[in-house]
Amino acid sequence: MKYTEDHEWLRVDGDLVVVGITEHAAEQLGDVVFVELPEAGTQVSSGDDIVVIESVKAASDIAAPVDGEVVEVNDALADTPGLVNADPLGSAWFVKMKVDDPSQLDGFMSEDEYKDMIA
Amino acid sequence: MPNLNRTPLHDLHCELDARMVPFAGYEMPVQYYDGVLWEHLHTRASAGLFDVSHMGQVRVSADSLEVAQLALEALVPVSVLGIPEGRQRYGLLTSETGGILDDLMIANRGDDLLLVVNAATKEQDVAHLSANLAGCAVTPITDRALLALQGPASEAALAALVPGVAEMRFMDTSVLDWRGVELWVSRSGYTGEDGYEVSIPSSNARTLAEALLASEAVIPIGLGARDSLRLEAGLCLYGSDIDTTTTPVEAALDWAIQKARRRGGEREGGFPGASRILEELESGAPRRRVGFLPDGRAPIRAPARIFRIGSDDPVGEITSGGFGPSLGRPVSMGYVETEFSGTGTVLEAEVRGRRMPVTVADMPFRPSTFKR
Repeated sequence: MKYTEDHEWLRVDGDLVVVGITEHAAEQLGDVVFVELPEAGTQVSSGDDIVVIESVKAASDIAAPVDGEVVEVNDALADTPGLVNADPLGSAWFVKMKVDDPSQLDGFMSEDEYKDMIA
Repeated sequence: MPNLNRTPLHDLHCELDARMVPFAGYEMPVQYYDGVLWEHLHTRASAGLFDVSHMGQVRVSADSLEVAQLALEALVPVSVLGIPEGRQRYGLLTSETGGILDDLMIANRGDDLLLVVNAATKEQDVAHLSANLAGCAVTPITDRALLALQGPASEAALAALVPGVAEMRFMDTSVLDWRGVELWVSRSGYTGEDGYEVSIPSSNARTLAEALLASEAVIPIGLGARDSLRLEAGLCLYGSDIDTTTTPVEAALDWAIQKARRRGGEREGGFPGASRILEELESGAPRRRVGFLPDGRAPIRAPARIFRIGSDDPVGEITSGGFGPSLGRPVSMGYVETEFSGTGTVLEAEVRGRRMPVTVADMPFRPSTFKR
C-alpha cells in the first residue's frame, strides 16, 4: 500500500488503483453518516475533490490522488456509510481508478513513512 | 492549548481520553472514547454527563427581589416578575433594533436571580447587565462549575446522591445539600430530555462528576453530541441560529415573551427593541425560523442558501444542520421568508453547487420528554 499526505491509501490492483482512507483518518473524522461518490466513468485530475464524507461532526472532501478515470465506485457505502469507521482499510474503499501515468504512484509514502508522519 | 481557559473538570476530561478542542475561549471535550454517535444515543436511552462550566453564571441582587426583577425586565421581553420562587424561565437579552444579544435562563431563588448565559457572550452580558440594571448588584459567579445530567436515567442517577432532586419538576430550581456542599440544581437542559443542571463549587466538581460517572447509567458526553441533541430538539444555538440580526419573532421564540410584556399587558414593552418586537408579535415577521428535513441521507449544514424550486432568488438560509442520530436521518434548521414557512413546503438547498430538496418541518424533530 501507498499513502498520501491527505491520509488516503492506494492499493495497486492490476492496472487499477483502489483508493480509501486510513484508520487514522477515519478515527479523526468520527462516525461517518454519509458518503457521496463520483460516477463511474468520470475523468479526474490529481487534487480534484471526488468524494464527500460526512461525519456527525463535519463534511470532508477526498481528493483524487492521481490523474485518471474513475472506473468503479463502492456503492455499499451509500447504504452503509459506517463501513468507513468499521473497516477503512478493507470493505470501505471508495473508488477504483485507471491511472493515466503509473509513475505518479512513485511519489507516495510507504507504510513506515506514513506512520512516521502521523506519529 | 495556549491562551485558553480550563474548566474545573479539565484533568478529568484528559484522564477520560477526551478529544479537547477550543470553544468560546475554553479548552473543551468534543467527544470521548465512544464517539459522538454513541454518546448521543446513550443520552437519549440512559443518561449523559456534560461539563458546561464554560457557561456564565451571574447573580443579580438588589434591596428587594422585586427591584431586581423589574430592573431585569428593562433588558428582556420576559415577565421576570411572573417567575415564581423556585422556578426558572427561558429569556432573551434584546438589542435596541430588536435583535438578540444572548439567550439565557433566569431563575428566581427567592433572595436573588440567578442567570445562566452563553460562554461566548458572558463578558459582554455582564457589562451590559452591570451598566443597565439600575439599583442592582451584578455578580459573575466564577468559583462554581456547572454540570448537566441529561436523559431518562438522570433522575435515578442524581437522586441516588441527592434525593431531593426527584421531587423537582421541569424548570424547578432548588438549593440542595450534598455531603455538606451547596448545590444549585435546576431540572432543565439543552437536549430535549428530562435532566438537571447542577452548579457546584469548583473544588467539589470533580468528586460529583466521578460519583455520577460511577453509575452504570451515566457516561461523559462532549460538545459534539451536545450539538446533535439540541438540534434534534429544535433548540437554538446562539451565534448560529440566533444573533443580533434575528428578532425573537423571526426566531420563532414568541413563546418566550409572556402576555404581561405584550401589547395590552400589565407591563407592556419597556425592553430594548420593543417597538419592532411588539409589532412583529401582532403582524408577523418577514422571515421565520423553521426546521428542514433534507431528502435523502446527505446532511445539509450551515451555511447553505434556500431557494424555491427552480428559482435563482434565495428565500432563506440554513443556520444549523447535521445528522440526527436518534432520527437516523439528516435534519437542519434555518430561516425562510414567512410566505414559504408552512410545514410541508418543499424548497431547495444549495449544497456544494447542487440543489437538494428540503421540506419545511415542525420542531422539535423528536418529541421532548420533560417531566412537567
